Amino acid sequence: MNTEKLIPHLFRTESSKISAVLNKHFGIKHIEIAEDIVSDTFLSALETWPYKGIPENPKAWLYAVAKNKSKNYLIKSSNFEKTISQEILQTSELSTEIDWSERNISDSQLQMLFAVCHPSIPAESQIGLALKILCGFGIDEIAAAFLTNKETINKRLFRAKEKLKSEQIKLEFPPENQIEKRINTVLLTLYLLFNEGYYSENQDDVIRKELCLEAMRLLEMLIESYAHTIPKIHALYALMCFHSSRLDARKDDTGQLILYQNQDENLWDQTLITKGVLHLHKATGGDSASRYHIEASLAFWMTQKEDTSEKWHQVLKLYNHLLFIEYSPIAALNRTFALSKVYRNEIAIAEAEKLKLESNPFYFSLLAELYRQIDRQKSKQHLEKAIELSKLKPQKELLQKKIAELNI
Amino acid sequence: MDEYVLIMRHENATGQVSPEQMQAWMQQTMDWLGGIAAQGKLLETGNGLSFDDARVVGHGGVVTNGPFGEIKETIGGYVIVKAESVEEAVEFAKGSPVLQGPGNTLEVRKVAKHDFK
Repeated sequence: MNTEKLIPHLFRTESSKISAVLNKHFGIKHIEIAEDIVSDTFLSALETWPYKGIPENPKAWLYAVAKNKSKNYLIKSSNFEKTISQEILQTSELSTEIDWSERNISDSQLQMLFAVCHPSIPAESQIGLALKILCGFGIDEIAAAFLTNKETINKRLFRAKEKLKSEQIKLEFPPENQIEKRINTVLLTLYLLFNEGYYSENQDDVIRKELCLEAMRLLEMLIESYAHTIPKIHALYALMCFHSSRLDARKDDTGQLILYQNQDENLWDQTLITKGVLHLHKATGGDSASRYHIEASLAFWMTQKEDTSEKWHQVLKLYNHLLFIEYSPIAALNRTFALSKVYRNEIAIAEAEKLKLESNPFYFSLLAELYRQIDRQKSKQHLEKAIELSKLKPQKELLQKKIAELNI
Repeated sequence: MDEYVLIMRHENATGQVSPEQMQAWMQQTMDWLGGIAAQGKLLETGNGLSFDDARVVGHGGVVTNGPFGEIKETIGGYVIVKAESVEEAVEFAKGSPVLQGPGNTLEVRKVAKHDFK
């Protein structure tokens, strides 16, 4: 690898490690100092490596430079900001030694994950903060991922960091009696991060895929330490495996979305599906089924393309169960579709009409689908209504195509 | 929006059904409740009440086995729904598979809210 490629690659993998270790060392209230040192360190690499060549052990080089920069920072700041540095010198043995052991790196990263997903920080900001600190994403990339501008992201991150400080959140493992609650917040954040990548309206496939993979990577850190006691961690991981198995199959060469029915199953990643099954199996250890268990089971059935009676019976049962835990319009619509597969379209239509989701375009495309073979005129009217309500161009085009296929 | 309890009453219940019957009945019940939940109107799936180990405690502490025998009707379970009116709650109740048994009924009762503040 040449420097041009190596540095961005290392930045992705190493910056979050360095930043977690420094935060652990300085205390999270000096989070900006850690951020500055990380960027300075990589700046040094960018300046030196092209001329002096890539060092033999690039990681060790980065760690050493980060350490020196930390030391310089302290000496420099002690001249004009005696209070802060005194405080740091007292609270940690920073002075010279920074612990770069594998163990400390992974502990610090995991503790950072808990800190970022602290319940006092709003969910949106948690995701942004996780991408910045734990995934080495730049502000531009985060803004692109959220389809918003840099200023918004900067503000959001600033507020989140202020919160980290004002709540005096420490880098530590949550105490035993809070572990389940804290893990729930982490799981929700990673679930949202994954969904941001999987479902968002973002056209940039590279970023979307990265978000999914990062969510999985962060979740893997939790699996190692906690999944044996909290099985829903496995369930969420299984869900992510099943969904991401289709990441490559659902876009054609021109970037158009390919609907599930039309996807080439040969492009589905069987390794990920197998991995998902393994984790779903491990997730059955607990005494209750979380929404992640149910969603993972549903995602499993999505990997079975064949329309069997067992499949739809199971899917209906799972959607019923999901709705018992938590109502959502999308679950209600999907449940009604499963109902049409298990019983008849007429029965599903009667149930669909009770849903009254009249501002939801998917409600009308569901009705259109249920009426397709019964009453094509009605099917068309529902499709027109769906087009009227959809905001996205590709979605509108897809619905237009369906109208054309009705042949009326 | 008010809360209503739908109480399922069985006539001549013995608690003895074949596993196949039980499974079919469970599925129908889940599909019925799923339909209410899909409208965002299911508050609690409630609990089925077991026919085993049932006792009736009467005046003066007299304990009898079961409600069966002396009373023809037993309560099989309950669910709690949200509804705009008692009519809507009644519509929900009409879908219950319990009503397939002749003589079975569903009692619809509004939850009386007490303000303790």
